[in-house]
Amino acid sequence: MTQMTFARAINSGLRKSLENDPKVVLMGEDIGALGGVFRVTDGLQKDFGKHRVVDTPLAESGIMGTAVGLAYRGYRPVVEIQFDGFIYPAFDQIVSQVAKMHYRTQGAVKMPITIRVPFGGGIGSPEHHSESPEAYFTHTSGLRVISVSNPQDAYTMIQQAIASDDPVLYFEPKRRYHDKGEVDETVDLSTALSMEKARVVTEGTEVTLVAYGPLVKTARDAALAAADEGISVEVIDLRSLAPLDFATLEASVRKTGRLVITHEASQSGGLGAEVAASITERCFYHLEAAPVRVTGFDVPYPYSKLEMHHLPGLDRILDGVDRALGRPNSLSGLEG
Amino acid sequence: MFTDDAGKGGIAAGGPGNSENSMRRTGGDLVQLITPAGERISHPEFDPWLQDVSDEQLCALYEDMVVIRRIDAEATALQRQGELALWPPLLGQEASQIGSARALREDDFVFPSYRDNGVAYCRGVKPEDLVRAWRGNASAGWDPFTVNVATQQIIIGAQSLHATGYAMGIQNDGADCVAVAYFGDGATSEGDVNEAMVFAASFQAPVVFFCQNNHWAISEPVRLQSHIQLADRASGFGIPSMRVDGNDVLAVMAATRIALDRARRGGGPTFIEAVTYRMGPHTTADDPTRYRDANELEDWAAKDPISRMKSLLERKGLLTAGFEAAVAAQADAVAKELRAGTINMPEPQPLDIFKHVYSTPHSWLDRQQEHYSRYLASFGDPAEAASEEGAR
Repeated sequence: MTQMTFARAINSGLRKSLENDPKVVLMGEDIGALGGVFRVTDGLQKDFGKHRVVDTPLAESGIMGTAVGLAYRGYRPVVEIQFDGFIYPAFDQIVSQVAKMHYRTQGAVKMPITIRVPFGGGIGSPEHHSESPEAYFTHTSGLRVISVSNPQDAYTMIQQAIASDDPVLYFEPKRRYHDKGEVDETVDLSTALSMEKARVVTEGTEVTLVAYGPLVKTARDAALAAADEGISVEVIDLRSLAPLDFATLEASVRKTGRLVITHEASQSGGLGAEVAASITERCFYHLEAAPVRVTGFDVPYPYSKLEMHHLPGLDRILDGVDRALGRPNSLSGLEG
Repeated sequence: MFTDDAGKGGIAAGGPGNSENSMRRTGGDLVQLITPAGERISHPEFDPWLQDVSDEQLCALYEDMVVIRRIDAEATALQRQGELALWPPLLGQEASQIGSARALREDDFVFPSYRDNGVAYCRGVKPEDLVRAWRGNASAGWDPFTVNVATQQIIIGAQSLHATGYAMGIQNDGADCVAVAYFGDGATSEGDVNEAMVFAASFQAPVVFFCQNNHWAISEPVRLQSHIQLADRASGFGIPSMRVDGNDVLAVMAATRIALDRARRGGGPTFIEAVTYRMGPHTTADDPTRYRDANELEDWAAKDPISRMKSLLERKGLLTAGFEAAVAAQADAVAKELRAGTINMPEPQPLDIFKHVYSTPHSWLDRQQEHYSRYLASFGDPAEAASEEGAR
């Protein structure tokens, strides 16, 4: 076990992948000499060379489209999108090419591309630097979408994503980059928990609280606070956003009968809607209350002085837990 | 190597003409080696690249063009007869496609657009595979790795980046093959084509941008895409270019050989503008009489790529009755093969819809497949149920 930051854990996982497979190539803006704007790729170009860690021109569609060509040639590109809000110029290549190539060619052409996206808010940035665009991609068939919440998963799951023969979007919670945690760098990928599986991170009996990425920490803190009030909250870290691990979610909701989902992304058409609808379909007779969503509002990501109103914090999550339990809450007395 | 200084130094320059400086021309006059009347014009820069082209090969180029025109006509007929949903004719562009494709080596890799059926044919794609997607029996017609041709791209210009990325891979492997992106005049307005040229130039990737300027992007004339000749755009990216008569199979072949040679030697990308004309509609669903002048069509008909090649062969005494009969027989045979292959193509099965979305099992999709399978089974005969479902 080694203590390291979230960013260092990703760096270490990338290094391991570069060492293990000569076909792994990193591509992105400023990832070489600078080590990326968040220093996630720090030192990798120096150690593996400019041909393995490639500083690209400033063109996201260009990065993604050339990654497709490299995959055609047998490479495993790992693309860094510098900030969440910069992914849209690459949207066409991701959705129309990366996602569909395997289907289009009836399995002849694989797209083992990993797309790393620092995402989410809470760092006081200007516009386009704090977004949560994951639902655009969970809605797209052919992509796998994961999000990591702690250094160990960051280390393990970046390697699992790179090893996957399917394209994977890997969402990194940028406001947690400096959080530290214990990382076992000797972890065996073949026996580690599959990147498709969710994980129960806090056990509880009364409410299932579902989170991913940056809000897993907030959800765990909320569960601790709830415990002080005698409420038992089970926290699930989704880890995989597409596909969702319904087996783990169902088992929890069948036990608790109550479901709260939280994410930074806007509410409408988001992951929370998918979780709520699917769990309602699958566990309707086990639910004691309607599922509750605690999410960002349906607004463009706000200017930074207001972002803490947009981001679900501990108290808003606890208010959602109260709604699920039918306890007095901010919406008491309102219908619908 | 993907480094920004790749390609400098390395493999020594040389080869036919050994005139690297003069070959780094940018745009300029249209290069023509065969006049519309079939007269062979000499050209000091391009002729050295055609010295090995024998009379037999001239005849073979002619045959290729006749055969692909016949495939194109047969596919159009199959669409009119309801056997294909759609077809994008290449009528008029035979010299651009055959001349360039016949310049390639087997290990070169082509990234074509949907109209490049002549290129695919030259690479060995079977006639029925050319129409598989247009019949709706698959999303694409062939396994790219069996013929070194990617499946035909429908998103305009997207494949230019794939070719460039593939070329970066070639460079990293230390190989001397080349990636070739085929696209049209309309595509030159797309961001992806421009980004591809930026990447190709920065990394000096071994890629050829082969642009068929057929003058029309559906209903939009090329002057709407560019105020300068398309070939002249390349210089802004630091990419040498050539502008050739796209209805002249020899000019196209020579230009492509020059570009391929440069790429193989580490000289980086080249942009070729093959000036041609789309004699037919954009697709069988299009009606060009709504937007273009019949006179323009007549002008271009006089520059037809096949009739000028025929005249050249005649002047050289190669157009014997026996040869003409053999070419006609070959075109008939391929057309027959295409028709039979189309009509007898196996129908996809309902549950094929779920295949190959992912390369490994996927829990959501597996569940949807299981549910739809049960639904189909509830009718007794799944095939019958599916056809009823579609009819509603």
